[in-house]
Amino acid sequence: MSAAQDPVAVPARRISVRPARGRFTTALKLLLTSPPTLFATLVVAGVVVLALFDELIAPTGYNEVDVQQRLLPPGQGHWFGTDDLGRDVLSRVVLGAAVSLQVGAVAVGFSLLVGVTAGLLAGYYGRWLDTVLMRLMDVLFAFPAILLAIAVIAILGPGTTNAMIAIGITYTPVFARVTRAAVLGVKESVFVRASRSVGVSDARMLLRHVLPNAAPPIIVQTSVSLAFAVLAEAALSFVGLGTQPPAPSWGRMLSEGRSYLEDAWWMAVFPGLAIVLLVLAFNLLGDGLRDVLDPQQRSALEAARAKPRRRRRAGVGA
Amino acid sequence: MTALALRRALQSVVVLLGVSVVVFALVHLVDGDPVRLALGTRFDQETYEALRERAGLDQPLVVQYLQWISSAVTGDLGVSFRSGEPVTALILERLPATLSLAGASILVALLIAVPLGTASALRPRSVVDAAGTVLSQIGISVPEFWMGIMLILLFAGTLGWFPAGGYVPLSEDPLQWARSLVLPAVTTGLVSGSVLTRFTRSSVLEALGAEHVRTARAKGLGARAVLNWHVLRNALLPLVTVTGVQLAYLLSGVVVVEIVFAWPGLGQLALQAVQARDYPVLQGAVLLFAFVFLLVNLVVDLLYSKLDPRISA
Amino acid sequence: MSEPVLVVEDLRVQLDTPRGNARIVNGLSYSVAPGETVAVVGESGSGKSVSVMALLGLLPKRARVTGSARFRGRDLLTMRERELRAVRGDGVGMVFQDPMTSLNPVLTIGRQLTEGLLAHRKVSGKREARERAAQLLADVGLPDPRGALDRFPHELSGGMRQRVVIATALAGDPALLIADEATTALDVTVQAQILDLVARLQDEHRTGVVWITHDLGVVAGVADRVLVMYGGRCVEDGTVDDVFERPAHPYTQGLLGSLPQLHDGGAGGSRELVAIGGTPPPPTDLPPGCVFWPRCPVRGDERCATEQPPLTPVGPRDGAGAGSSAVPHRAATFYDAARGAGEVGS
Repeated sequence: MSAAQDPVAVPARRISVRPARGRFTTALKLLLTSPPTLFATLVVAGVVVLALFDELIAPTGYNEVDVQQRLLPPGQGHWFGTDDLGRDVLSRVVLGAAVSLQVGAVAVGFSLLVGVTAGLLAGYYGRWLDTVLMRLMDVLFAFPAILLAIAVIAILGPGTTNAMIAIGITYTPVFARVTRAAVLGVKESVFVRASRSVGVSDARMLLRHVLPNAAPPIIVQTSVSLAFAVLAEAALSFVGLGTQPPAPSWGRMLSEGRSYLEDAWWMAVFPGLAIVLLVLAFNLLGDGLRDVLDPQQRSALEAARAKPRRRRRAGVGA
Repeated sequence: MTALALRRALQSVVVLLGVSVVVFALVHLVDGDPVRLALGTRFDQETYEALRERAGLDQPLVVQYLQWISSAVTGDLGVSFRSGEPVTALILERLPATLSLAGASILVALLIAVPLGTASALRPRSVVDAAGTVLSQIGISVPEFWMGIMLILLFAGTLGWFPAGGYVPLSEDPLQWARSLVLPAVTTGLVSGSVLTRFTRSSVLEALGAEHVRTARAKGLGARAVLNWHVLRNALLPLVTVTGVQLAYLLSGVVVVEIVFAWPGLGQLALQAVQARDYPVLQGAVLLFAFVFLLVNLVVDLLYSKLDPRISA
Repeated sequence: MSEPVLVVEDLRVQLDTPRGNARIVNGLSYSVAPGETVAVVGESGSGKSVSVMALLGLLPKRARVTGSARFRGRDLLTMRERELRAVRGDGVGMVFQDPMTSLNPVLTIGRQLTEGLLAHRKVSGKREARERAAQLLADVGLPDPRGALDRFPHELSGGMRQRVVIATALAGDPALLIADEATTALDVTVQAQILDLVARLQDEHRTGVVWITHDLGVVAGVADRVLVMYGGRCVEDGTVDDVFERPAHPYTQGLLGSLPQLHDGGAGGSRELVAIGGTPPPPTDLPPGCVFWPRCPVRGDERCATEQPPLTPVGPRDGAGAGSSAVPHRAATFYDAARGAGEVGS
């Protein structure tokens, strides 16, 4: 099997699409030379660390009520102040990171899995399958995002898990569209037609050849969707349909803070800043990834920084 | 042109039918009896039967759907489980508030995006450009509801310039209507404006580099004429499409912003319907949102093909 | 000989780039008489387009332009933007390379023709502007000129579009027409038509023309004089006959050597320069001596490596007396490569 496939794959790659692995190492190096992307990477890494070691980092537990200490302004002992029940806002912000990341990751994971599969099948097989799948995606796409999530939660009931599913469904069509477009671009390339002509199986073809070459826009979309998912989770929790009390969720904290705006601005300010920072990081990361992975927008950057490298690679490949 | 319009309209109708099926299916996937859920624990058998029959729940699903959709086409979306009022009336009552908000928001967004995006593109890497880039990047990342809360904190709380919430109908008092609109419109407008600023900047930059701009300068036209007719005229054409898409997304943000500002619009209605398990109202509201979304996209597509001479082939 | 419309002296253009200071045009001098056509030839990147854009102040602001360029006695390079604007499209018309992109796709032809007329107050109002625009389109041979006014560029063919661009450039009855690769994007037949058109209009209006091209067939067809550019410098100039029959600079010889039976090609013959071995030096890193030295197959004098050879008169053609032409034939060499042409084997 692999003996039949390799000789075909090698020359074909040289013709049309650059080899995936080399592309990603170059991409990574390019990524870390851009200050906004570096900042974004550090923020995301920081939030991941917070989420992993939240209980070690947070000064108190997420629900340590102390009514004596309620509505204390930021200062010694409580850097971000305390809320209406005397809970430490800093601790709740730290502990909320895990919820945000978890919902974001699971929801986007769901969209990714379903959307990419649908996009692959629609783009690769075309015909009626394409029509049916993509019309279905159009239908899902026609709902304003939050409203679809709200409608799904109306059925499933509020809660963190259901929020994940709702957000996941909402962002599925984007992945399907992006993947389908990329697959259509790759499908007609020489190596895919050549591999097909020597009888490489469809499944192998999709996973080994089509998917890796369609990956860049999907990766960019993943980062951008993580930003949207964090926002959506916060919005759902804000209107009371997402994470339920007393669990710490940034959106939930905001809606609680709203009632005490005049007495305790810190209750609304700090969780909001946390959302903005994480969403900003995912957006910047998406921009950085797009610059590096999307060949069309990449050209300018690459011409400036990586020209000799590409020429050398072309020489080796020949 | 008309053929294109017809085809696009037909596509939208098909998608809308799909939406209606999904909406209908969602509601009927509910684990249990929606009427029972809506009525809560205490109800008498008579009310229950009456509601069930009125909602047509004793019929098979397909029949129910066909009944629902065929009366929806005539503008009858059923009655609320809660209040017994017609859903259409409830929606129409809320529509002006949401439309005012959406319209004002997109206006705010464009008033920010066009000047800022153009100024950034005209002086790349300048202070204006850097500030515009950073602000729009942050604007995209800010949740609307938090932006709303912060604006309330500053302009309603500390400064006291605008009301913190509530809606005054235009017919009642135009001045108070405008005042009540400012903060919510700025909230959603800032976020959408950030997206549009980025788009305007790149679009104007692209237009500036076009060869016909050089031709225009070589003709001896003044800087303003070149900018207006040969740069902006070209760069802002695609902005029509993007603004349309943005308007559709804006509806999504409006749902949450309506909660923040106690704005009696469709978003609030939908959310109340979810909390009250008032499914006919939820169905109606969601269907209407999707309808508006598709309508806006359709209009924008057709408008663009009218504005850009290259398309009307 | 009448007063020249344009006298360019020691034109230099520099641009700061991330890779250092790029010297794109380095001391260019020439003049154009009324009714005369001067062709500027060279490979892409030789600075020929930049040198004419600099005349009308069309380069980005960070470009540094020095020297002088007197148009009807007034120096274009020291003019303020307002004065320059009065010259652009009025005294000097310009035609750009690509007819597909040099017209605005979303404005009608009429609008694009009339806006220049209105800006220069050539006409009293929009009605007269339309009349004049239709006349201009008729002049350049567009069928149904009145109907064309309301059409958009994409509704016309490439050749028709270039006629429109030329009409735009002629709208102000310019004393000087600058054509930057004006026929490069067109097919041979259309190109011949456009060349005829310009020649006819030039005869009628005594317009001076600067014709930028890398197509030697075009040069042979339209030019009175030719100026060969390399690395931002003029390496040889003279009448077309002198330069073509007796090229004196190794670079010119290389260009022409790659062009057998040039004259058989005729005016419409579209033969492109065939590259000489190697590539031109980057403008950020010009050699100290002759710019062509690194690629020069002749290397007739060691001084070429370290000193810039000045433009020196070339000896008379065999069978022709010295000074048979009013225009001197000069080449930037320390030696007369034309004499040893046989040995060099060009």
